[in-house]
Amino acid sequence: MPKDTTQMPPSWTMRLVLPCLAFGLLLLLWDLAARFAGWSVDVFPGPLQVFISMGELVANGTLLKHTVASLFRVTAGFYLAILGGIPLGIMLGRWQKARILINPMIQFLRPISPLAWIPLSMLWFGIGDKPAVFLIFLSSFFPLVVSTTATVSAINPIYFQVGANFNFTRWEKITRIIIPAMLPGTITALRISVTIAWLVVVAAEMIAVQSGLGYLILDSRNALRMDYVMDGMIVIGLIGLLLDYIMRRLGRIESTSWHS
Amino acid sequence: MGHIVIENISKAYRNRRRQTRAGDNPELRYGDQILVLDHIDLEFQDGEMVCILGPSGCGKSTLLKIMAGFDPPSEGRVLIDGRTVTRPGSDHIFVFQHNGLLPWMTVRQNVGLGLRDMTDQKAKVERIMEFIEMVELEGFEHHYPHQLSGGMQRRAELARALAVNPDILIMDEPFSGLDFLTHMKMREEVVNMHEFIGKTTIVVTHDIDDALIMGDRIIVMSGQPSGIKLNRELDFERPRDFQKEPALNQLRNEIFFMLGVPYAV
Repeated sequence: MPKDTTQMPPSWTMRLVLPCLAFGLLLLLWDLAARFAGWSVDVFPGPLQVFISMGELVANGTLLKHTVASLFRVTAGFYLAILGGIPLGIMLGRWQKARILINPMIQFLRPISPLAWIPLSMLWFGIGDKPAVFLIFLSSFFPLVVSTTATVSAINPIYFQVGANFNFTRWEKITRIIIPAMLPGTITALRISVTIAWLVVVAAEMIAVQSGLGYLILDSRNALRMDYVMDGMIVIGLIGLLLDYIMRRLGRIESTSWHS
Repeated sequence: MGHIVIENISKAYRNRRRQTRAGDNPELRYGDQILVLDHIDLEFQDGEMVCILGPSGCGKSTLLKIMAGFDPPSEGRVLIDGRTVTRPGSDHIFVFQHNGLLPWMTVRQNVGLGLRDMTDQKAKVERIMEFIEMVELEGFEHHYPHQLSGGMQRRAELARALAVNPDILIMDEPFSGLDFLTHMKMREEVVNMHEFIGKTTIVVTHDIDDALIMGDRIIVMSGQPSGIKLNRELDFERPRDFQKEPALNQLRNEIFFMLGVPYAV
């Protein structure tokens, strides 16, 4: 966004009130649409019905159970992607020959939607958490590798010359140059890929598992409970909002404050 | 400690663009590469401050990078105190033109880079602060480089280089990009620093006045591939003044002429 020096930065209350107004407006439009669409409540429930049914799902613990199951799968797949993708990205970023060798292959695998892996993942990992975790891993792994490679290969070579001049060991090169230099870019990459992971978990849960928000939506559709479907969608949106907030806070931590 | 011999150094680079002017000149061909430095022989005495002068693109920075061990020569070798330089090391510190400070470290962390082996934390902090005070940056030790002005960044980098107690300082265009007054002040500080600690100091510059004011010796490089056009001791008294020293002024005019400017500016 272009800087406008004549404008005061928005206050905290403004930051809170304005989005709430937008949400209020959305609810109002939803309510009006549900009332006047002429569809039955079973097909297009309004906000009131949806919130009442959400109360039921919260009260009997279903919603919490499914949310925890989804979050667990995202966390597991996402951590696996971090553990595999970031070290590989660092290696590719620093080592040109490996980059030339492996990069085309990654660019080939990357555009294949994780959803296209569903048949194979079910065949390989059976049913349960494993195929879902695998799909989430795939969805985050390639973006993380690609962005880490780009970030690391763009580190100013002067910093490595400085390190060599002061007799840095290989380990110090990683901990004192590569990791701090890549941190701001990596946090942005994590923010983007956690969003993708969260998108994919719902799809993954529609196939091989008996729990999770994706399963809740699918199961509710089979039971023709559109209010439960919408409950699931609302919780997915709220958690996405929360994940993005956490990642943005992570971007403001002390160790990236040098980057301005 | 700090005696450097440059023995028959040549350096050629791969020719990226075929249609460069140099590419057509048979004298510059070195296999399929372009010759930048052509059999350079030089010697630097311990404690000497030598200014290497030359137009941009003449290979003077390349020579410095080879001396620092960042870049291997195509031919020949650099000896420091009798040992061939094969890699960078903290006995010969390179001071960069800009961006030499690690931006994610504070001034204090940057100055402490070469003191990582010191186990006594108190002594280490004292030594860091001693050098921060030497370059007059006390009060800024917890600032990040981007919070400092250009001149302050150069001084912090100088403090970092000196704190590790190297035998040799290699400075690449140490005043480029500074405003006029900061330039003058920094120049004086580097001269004072050199008089005070007496390290072998090699300064590359394209500023004739800097070279003549600072150097114990001046080396003029020119042409492509580069050769040594002038290598002269400067035994003028310090502080030097072009107005009061006709011989210095005369030499200045000669160098201008040598570099293709027929009149002194």
